[in-house]
Amino acid sequence: MTSLLDVSHLRMAFDTDRGKVVSVEDVSFSLRPGETLAIVGESGCGKSVTALSIMRLLGKNSRCEGGEIQFEGTDLMSLSDADMREIRGNRISMIFQEPMTSLNPVFTIGYQLTETIRLHLNQNKKQARASAIEMLRKVGLPRPEAIMGEYPFALSGGMRQRVMIAMALACQPKVLIADEPTTALDVTVQAQIMSLMKGLCEESGTAIILITHDLGVVAEMADRVIVMYAGQVVEEADVFQLFENPQHPYTQGLLQSIPHLDGFEEEERLVSIPGSVPARYSQAEGCRFANRCSLASERCRTQPPYAYVEEGHAARCWEAEAASEEEEAYA
Amino acid sequence: MFNYVIRRLLIALPVLLGVTVINFIIMRMAPGNPVDMLVNPKLPAAAIEAKRLELGLNDPAYMQYLNWLRNLVLHGDLGYSMISYAPVTELIGSRMGPTLLLMGAALVLGLAIAIPLGVLSASRQYSKLDYTAVTGSFLGISIPNFFLGLALIYLFSLQLNWLPSSGMRELGGGGGFLDVLLHLILPVIVLTANVAGRNIRYVRSSMLEILDQDYLRTARAKGLREFLVVNRHAMRNALIPIVTVLGMEIPILFGGAVVIEQIFSWPGIGQLTLSSIMNRDYSTIMGLNLAAAVIVIAANLLTDIAYALVDPRIKNSYRGAAQS
Repeated sequence: MTSLLDVSHLRMAFDTDRGKVVSVEDVSFSLRPGETLAIVGESGCGKSVTALSIMRLLGKNSRCEGGEIQFEGTDLMSLSDADMREIRGNRISMIFQEPMTSLNPVFTIGYQLTETIRLHLNQNKKQARASAIEMLRKVGLPRPEAIMGEYPFALSGGMRQRVMIAMALACQPKVLIADEPTTALDVTVQAQIMSLMKGLCEESGTAIILITHDLGVVAEMADRVIVMYAGQVVEEADVFQLFENPQHPYTQGLLQSIPHLDGFEEEERLVSIPGSVPARYSQAEGCRFANRCSLASERCRTQPPYAYVEEGHAARCWEAEAASEEEEAYA
Repeated sequence: MFNYVIRRLLIALPVLLGVTVINFIIMRMAPGNPVDMLVNPKLPAAAIEAKRLELGLNDPAYMQYLNWLRNLVLHGDLGYSMISYAPVTELIGSRMGPTLLLMGAALVLGLAIAIPLGVLSASRQYSKLDYTAVTGSFLGISIPNFFLGLALIYLFSLQLNWLPSSGMRELGGGGGFLDVLLHLILPVIVLTANVAGRNIRYVRSSMLEILDQDYLRTARAKGLREFLVVNRHAMRNALIPIVTVLGMEIPILFGGAVVIEQIFSWPGIGQLTLSSIMNRDYSTIMGLNLAAAVIVIAANLLTDIAYALVDPRIKNSYRGAAQS
């Protein structure tokens, strides 16, 4: 299957008061039509920056310093602003972490929804209104006609996130980027929102890039998983491969630190990864995880290869099986 | 909403009453009285006494106030000027037009400069344009009105002889649209510099606060043009705090008008206020004060109504208040 979106060797830098910070380095992955790809990692590892670079929504002080993002054969980084706007909200759309603040408080839900629809689909006011009501119905909101006239303050967080999903999927995009869409919601609502998103995307053949730090959600939703650490992809695998046979010590640590109910002995302590993400990680030499890794040895001072362990499963570690056996360096 | 307005108007009544009482007390505590200012001190004491009786100045102070209030409430009558004997309502009415013209022009122009410049300056923060706008705004606030007024008169009237230095019409035969317009230019420039200076900063900071809100990222993620993101999505939100500032602008302008009208001999409320205070023209002072209080209260009420129009959340709370 050919891929829909190809990110290769992406490197994003920010100009800050304290100099340049490279927050994403050498990130590559590809997304196939209709699949769900999860990007996992702890806060500040570059997940959101990667997502926002695909949309080209990072601010003025960000720079793409290398790599490309191919979407259906065109490089998004080289598109004009006008062409990029044609893609945003239309071919690739995005929903965000904070439903409470993601809708404009002074416009009605209907206005905000039809704005997107009229921008990208050639519909008149009446048709756009009908489409908007249809979308609201699809995301499971009761009384869609009445909600069209409501302002965001009248809706709960879960309802607002449903509106965001309706807005994102209104133009039947090829890719939906969901940046921690349920982090700010009640646990009871999280599952509803996730299954709603999954269902609607399956219906329209939309591929999902799901950014999360919840491995439970990953197991439920994803087809493939990318694990990011300190601005790099450290492991990439099919969701089953990842959970059965994690290669990178960081992924192993993440999986061990999930609390589970069965087989949990009384005195057993929950595993955690010691230390935290180094602050200025882009300046580090060698493996960025080395100072938190129990397997770290002398050769981890040099940058480990991103090596394939098996078909579709790669890890950035000297200890990964294939790397130690064949030294089959990739990248 | 309707109930809310009615309630606010009812609250305004005791406020107005309080304002007039305080004003009356302060006015009477000031040294001198209308007769001293009006009458030649060489007149015999009996003639002065007769004048005092005629003006009712010999009654106890509270009686004078109550008389004034009774005439106002029962007849809508603000009395006669103690100096010129013209009805106070007529005096104020004839002066209101020129002042409203001056202030209205300054307010409209000032905002027409401040809003676009503030928005641009915020959306291009730290650019040359931003620094220029902020510096200009700083100058507009810091240069005193009377100084800028005199400087403009010196430059444009005395040196260049382009524009008239004072008044509202050319003496004898003037008064056409163009004539008034020419007389308006200098005082309006002074007031506009002030209004624009103050508001560029308000608009800019209000806009800056809005510009990194999440919902603007949503608007961009929809594929909206940056122009619409700023001028539709951000502006509507930035306008909410600006509306408050606008409401405060009207009383400030009334205050500023006193100075400006004096400098440019503009025949408006400000000039009348100053001269009636100088002459201790009690009835005119009371009338002017009442008018100013009414305007300030009306401006505040209009601000709150405008609030509801720009912010749906507030409209909702008014609705809630009316039901309770």
